[in-house]
Amino acid sequence: MSTTLDSIDETTSTTALPELTRAEVERYSRHLLLPEVGMDGQRKLKAARVLLVGAGGLGSPAALYLAAAGVGTLGIVDFDTVDVTNLHRQLLHGTSDIGRSKLDSAIDRLREVNPHVKVEPHEVRLTSANALDLIGAYDLVVDGTDNFQTRYLVNDACVLTGRANVYGSIFRFDGQVSVFCTPDGPCYRCVYREPPPAGMVPSCAEGGVLGILPGLVGTLQATEAIKLILGIGEPLIGRFTLIDALSARWRSVNIRRDPTCPACGTRELQSLIDYDAFCGIPTTPAVETSVLEITPTELAERLRRGDDFDLIDVREPHELAIASIPGARLVPLAAFAAEIPSLDQGRDIVVLCRSGARSATAVRQLQAAGFTQAYNVVGGILRWSDDVDPTVVKY
Amino acid sequence: MPTFHLPSVLSAHIGGTRAVETSGATVEQAIDRLVDQYPQLAPRLRDASGAPYPFVTFYLNDEDVRLVGGFGVAVSDDDEVTIVPAVAGG
Repeated sequence: MSTTLDSIDETTSTTALPELTRAEVERYSRHLLLPEVGMDGQRKLKAARVLLVGAGGLGSPAALYLAAAGVGTLGIVDFDTVDVTNLHRQLLHGTSDIGRSKLDSAIDRLREVNPHVKVEPHEVRLTSANALDLIGAYDLVVDGTDNFQTRYLVNDACVLTGRANVYGSIFRFDGQVSVFCTPDGPCYRCVYREPPPAGMVPSCAEGGVLGILPGLVGTLQATEAIKLILGIGEPLIGRFTLIDALSARWRSVNIRRDPTCPACGTRELQSLIDYDAFCGIPTTPAVETSVLEITPTELAERLRRGDDFDLIDVREPHELAIASIPGARLVPLAAFAAEIPSLDQGRDIVVLCRSGARSATAVRQLQAAGFTQAYNVVGGILRWSDDVDPTVVKY
Repeated sequence: MPTFHLPSVLSAHIGGTRAVETSGATVEQAIDRLVDQYPQLAPRLRDASGAPYPFVTFYLNDEDVRLVGGFGVAVSDDDEVTIVPAVAGG
């Protein structure tokens, strides 16, 4: 069964498909030799407009392959700058791009890959105010975002505009790929009606990700996009491909449109909503229990004086090999609650982690257990590196 | 015995174990045995009342458990249950 999208059909059913130049015919020769592509298919690719949401881990391979394949117009939404920690997986960007806008970097790289492709940069955050206009201006979307708010926003905007959502998502060693929001298939909400509570699922910045994984997943997304444009093969509609890079285990499970889905089932969702609120993201500073804090500079001074206190590092064991602070003992956050009964309430307890977030959680656990002398090292090892000891690496 | 397959986001809580053989006549009973073995998984698989979360899906072989009878659906020894929580990395 092959499926072509309405939005693509509108373009391809006309006789106005763009002709290929001589240079393009030469460039796409190996495509043209495929009867499933041929001249007409390559002209469909040239006519196609694909919007990439995110120029990061997934957006990088997707953009590179879609450009190389000759997709005529690539829109890219991103407002971030290139950071050195992006480079182990975001192949659109290189070392000399650190600090540049990701869009500027992407434009340069894609121009080098294929100068026949038009890149339309959208240096904005995708929001409920602009998503319908942005997505509606393209034939399909490749979702390469990195947070739940934007995932649901992209999904709902695709349902409302009738655009396919070529979805990919990654975490550590696992990937997910599907094609959502087609006329008969399920949407993201059919699979995950609601997001997890904020903070329950760590981000890649917190939990890590195998650098190659977005290469696998983003390339699959690009493959599905090409198939949809050409109307060939069996698109990943109604199937959810799960990739386990560690075991090299790939499985495609069956998913279906949920008739009770508020987006694509009942259609009660007729406009975009506040996705921060939907995902439990506070729009004002979090009203959380305040914790006592100590700066890295103050901690260094207490260590220098030889004060009596218990210094606990709540990171994971493998993080110790990256960076550490002398004198701290390791109690990973997951095991911290079990450690509390053995701690001395009469001593100061100072808790640290990479950034100060996990340690604040641990200090709140101590407060809840009645401890009044528990302190969070604000800024964690990152700030220790800035303020106390620059030889300690930041990661 | 039915086998659970766990993704990284869950296996990280049980020392990296990604496949767990368990027992039980239904998916629900098999989950009960799984959390008996790994209590730390309990709040990540279903809510306090034992109902499924809207952000964690279970697939019995290739089928969404919700569409083939829910947690009460029967499982046999050679069945595989794949747990797929929502992740958003990109």
